[in-house]
Amino acid sequence: MKNTKTSPKNQIRDTTSRKVFNVCNIILLGLLMLLCAFPLYYIIVQSFSGSVVAGKGILLPYKFTFSNYNDVFHLEGLLSALGISVARTVAGTGVTVLCCMLLGYLFTKPELPFRKFLYRMVTITMYVSGGLIPTFLVMKYYGLLNSFWVYILPSAVSAYYTILIKTYVEGLPSSVEESAMLDGAGTLTIFFRIIIPMSLPIVATIAVYASVYQWNAWFDNHIYTFTTTSLTTMQYKLYKYLSQAERLAEQIEKSSSEIRQDSMLTPQSVRMTVTVIAVIPVMMIYPFLQRFFIKGINIGAVKG
Amino acid sequence: MTTAAPVTIVPRKIKKDWKLFWIILPLILLVFLFSYVPLAGWALSLVDYKPGYPLLKNEWIGLKYFQMILTKSTTKRVLRNTIIFSSLDLLCMPLPMLLAILLNEVRSDRFRKIAQVVTTLPHFISWIIVYSLAFAIFSSEGLLNQVLAMINAPGQNVLTDKNAVYWFQTCITIWKSLGWNAIIYIAAIAGIDQELYEAARVDGAGRLRCAIHITLPGLLPTFIVLLLLRISNFINSGIDQYYVFQNNLVTRNIEVLDLYVYTVGLKQQNYSYAIAAGIMKSFISIALLFIANFTAKKVRGESIV
Repeated sequence: MKNTKTSPKNQIRDTTSRKVFNVCNIILLGLLMLLCAFPLYYIIVQSFSGSVVAGKGILLPYKFTFSNYNDVFHLEGLLSALGISVARTVAGTGVTVLCCMLLGYLFTKPELPFRKFLYRMVTITMYVSGGLIPTFLVMKYYGLLNSFWVYILPSAVSAYYTILIKTYVEGLPSSVEESAMLDGAGTLTIFFRIIIPMSLPIVATIAVYASVYQWNAWFDNHIYTFTTTSLTTMQYKLYKYLSQAERLAEQIEKSSSEIRQDSMLTPQSVRMTVTVIAVIPVMMIYPFLQRFFIKGINIGAVKG
Repeated sequence: MTTAAPVTIVPRKIKKDWKLFWIILPLILLVFLFSYVPLAGWALSLVDYKPGYPLLKNEWIGLKYFQMILTKSTTKRVLRNTIIFSSLDLLCMPLPMLLAILLNEVRSDRFRKIAQVVTTLPHFISWIIVYSLAFAIFSSEGLLNQVLAMINAPGQNVLTDKNAVYWFQTCITIWKSLGWNAIIYIAAIAGIDQELYEAARVDGAGRLRCAIHITLPGLLPTFIVLLLLRISNFINSGIDQYYVFQNNLVTRNIEVLDLYVYTVGLKQQNYSYAIAAGIMKSFISIALLFIANFTAKKVRGESIV
């Protein structure tokens, strides 16, 4: 990428066709950006609109208001869903990062008994899985149905992250670790005091991946915990609002006594507002963390 | 911890440290419990499994369900849907490469960075949100119909149009994945030897020629690897997208194999049949993986997995 930046200087004169191409290229990419961003922009505008009127509030909010945000939290279970989503994102990311880091690190140690066999055993899981139904039956057998742990434990170890981490740790200078070992530090001490601080870039990359996964996950909620409303996540709550229009209208009516008299909540405004709440965390952090996502891809590509 | 210091002779065989094994054991146990035990569930496809019934008392039926799957017309329908979606996906595979080349031709660094951020964003939102956005725009009260009503055009509802399913879902897939899939090609472009471009420019080649004769061939190996990986996943279309977008009007055309397994297994609780279908799917995809890997070895001289 760096060299392409300097190349235009070598080639100062631009032909007319080149100029035309540049303009078309910018227009094309601009349209593509518009296509990607507009749907998100549109629901944000709608969520700030005071009332939903056909043809209004497309580019700017119609009768700008914050009341939708104020009011949706009076809907039954929405606050709890937000709490569950945050909890599973924090806990799930922490557990995944810790487990995969430890596993990836241990796989770099030649002293590990059965190292090759265990490494194979982990990587094979990328290609072979029992499938949906056997996994469901197994979760049921373990008593994980309707339990918060079903969000955390099955995704605790990921073969892909483990491979990324192993590749990264193998590239670290071994002298620091060796001198710590001579000083009598144990494996776990070395892991927490030396390996993790030295691996912060990959830790951040994995954490970003895992947290987006956890925040966006909903299918596990749908099949394992759908009967326990206290474990409903934000994403699944939104799905219910989308798929059960009558139920939503009922809920709005029920909660309207708690809300101000002039509340403008409609099924449509609830959907838009909840969508924004569910997507905002990802949208806010994503541009700042993009380099970590790209780093993850690149390490994976080198490995592959 | 045994210190290595007093050892004077370098041991030929590295001494195994069993303490490490006890540290790794809980993690391996997690892998075993959640990735290997479900494989044992495959055995249930050979019996008529009823939940809550002692395992050994289920009636042994052998391969009956496998035969049923092969002869049922529903199988043909869902397989056809899966193949159509996957084929359309394969056809669209050059698009991210094209986007990467176009992004690379942009002069302004800032514009390129913003374009990359914006086009990648859809990759990070969940399928539920995607559905919600599609609902807000394409449903009968959605934006599209509001605009159509303003210009007195007849209303449309792509979400419930069973003839539109294939291309509409493909468009949604492209919308969500285009920018993300371009990233790997952008990295590949950065890895192309810059001297090639300079040499071509000395010979009088314009940027278009450089793109066709240097960038494109430079990206081909990456493209082939991704193509082969995609082929090995040909039958695994995933479930999220098709699940959220399904409704009674389109279900015949949107039902892919993964969704079918879910419906039969968890909704109708026909566990054994669904497990049998899942097994057949696994075998096909493993076979495809081996074929793809074999091809990669022949073409590139190294395997992809």
